[in-house]
Amino acid sequence: MLRPHRNHPLWYAFALHRASGLLLALFLPLHFYVLGLALKGAEAMDGFLALTAHPLVKAGEVMVVFLLAVHFFGGLRLLAVEFLPWRDWQKSVAAGAAGLSLALACLFLLSAVAWP
Amino acid sequence: MSLWLFMAQRLSAVVMAPLVIGHIALMIIAVQNGLTAGEILARTRGSLLWAAYYGTFAAAVSIHAAIGLRNIASETFRWRGPSLELAAVAVAGLLLAMGGRAVIAVVA
Repeated sequence: MLRPHRNHPLWYAFALHRASGLLLALFLPLHFYVLGLALKGAEAMDGFLALTAHPLVKAGEVMVVFLLAVHFFGGLRLLAVEFLPWRDWQKSVAAGAAGLSLALACLFLLSAVAWP
Repeated sequence: MSLWLFMAQRLSAVVMAPLVIGHIALMIIAVQNGLTAGEILARTRGSLLWAAYYGTFAAAVSIHAAIGLRNIASETFRWRGPSLELAAVAVAGLLLAMGGRAVIAVVA
C-alpha cells in the first residue's frame, strides 16, 4: 500500500519515467551489441535476429517500444512543466502520454505480428 | 555542476525528441514482414544521413542516460563525491563507445 504522498497520479508519472529510463539504460548495451554484430557480416547479425522470432522476445520488443514511448512522452511533459507557464490541464497530459505510449506499442506489436 | 548536468540532460532530451519519433516510426515500418540484417544494412550502408542521425542519437543518449543513472544512484544509495562522478563518466564512455561502434557497424 503506497503512502499518501505517493498515491498520486503525478507521482506515478515520475515513477514510470524513472523506471522506464532505468530499464532502457540497461537495454541499450544489448541493443548496441546486436547492431555491432553487423561488423562480422549480415550472417552473424541474422543468426541473432533469428532469436527474435520467439514470442517471448517479441513481447520483450513490444515492452521496449512501450518503455521508450512512455519515457518520451513523460519527458515532453517534464520539459513543458519546467520551461512553459503552468496550465491546469497539464495534469491530464500525464494520463494522455501513457495512453499514447500504449497505442504506439500496440501499433508496433501489430506490425511485428499481424502484418506478415 | 548540478545546473550544468540538469541543462545537459534537458538539452540532450530536446535533441533526441525528434530522433526518438523517427526511430519508433522506422521500427514500426521495418519490423513488418520480419526483420533481417540484409534489410537493415541495405538501408544504412554507405549512408551519411543515417550515420549523422544515429551518431547524434548515440552521443545524446550517452549523455542523457549517464546523467539519469547518476541521479538514480545518488538518490537511491545516497552516493556522493568523486566516485559517483567517475562512475557516471564511465557509463557515458561505455555507451558512447558501444553506440559509436554500432553506428559504424551498420553504416560503414
